[in-house]
Amino acid sequence: MGKLVQAMKDPKSQGKGGLNAEIQSRIGHQLRAMYDDVVRQGVPDRFAELIRKLDSPPEDAASTPEQTAKNDGRD
Amino acid sequence: MPLTDSLRDDILASVPSLRAFAISLSGNGDRADDLVQETLLRALANIDSFQPGSNLPAWLFTILRNLFRSDYRKRRREVEDADGSYAKTLKTQPAQTAHLEFEEFRAALDKLPQDQREALILVGASGFSYEDAAAICGCAVGTIKSRVNRARSKLSALLYVDGADDFGPDQTVRAVIGGNG
Repeated sequence: MGKLVQAMKDPKSQGKGGLNAEIQSRIGHQLRAMYDDVVRQGVPDRFAELIRKLDSPPEDAASTPEQTAKNDGRD
Repeated sequence: MPLTDSLRDDILASVPSLRAFAISLSGNGDRADDLVQETLLRALANIDSFQPGSNLPAWLFTILRNLFRSDYRKRRREVEDADGSYAKTLKTQPAQTAHLEFEEFRAALDKLPQDQREALILVGASGFSYEDAAAICGCAVGTIKSRVNRARSKLSALLYVDGADDFGPDQTVRAVIGGNG
């Protein structure tokens, strides 16, 4: 295994932190590909609807949607 | 500040990246959407505490991150995506090779300690600055930098040393693996 790690640390492509720059670039690419796949799906209807429903909260506290009241607490 | 039309639009515009963050953290599509829903409800309920002009995505990510962590404390993280629910959330199924590569990456990401995983996602995928990521995670900037570096090292070791073959390592690495095998 020591030989393998050594082989990966090609001084020509060694990046910050001593990691192979090409490997780091692949990791970054994979991470963004995974993330952007989801971003590209846009806003599912359930969330657009949720925000629209809660768009104009009623003045009267008694008619506040139950879910909103339930989640009122903060960490 | 009150919930203005423009603020509501901005929150809606943050939903895709909130989902991506939630899925990256939890590895489970259904649970991720529950997290996003909970985040939106909490954000809207506490909208008065949002400072106009401050970073809305960072504020929303902080809420989601804290919800995920409090949930995590209650029940252990589901490490495996046994029913493939994550894969089902993808609209375009990647080609077989790419899919295998993707699954390996996902598995490696799941092996990271939670602190490192969230730091890497925030900086490496969400595109937050180290400063914003530190604010979201409630820690020092140096801590975030160190977590990101450790996450990268660990992923590199998991993907390119332990299981290098599926990632198409360069010729030198392949030769060494072949020599050892």
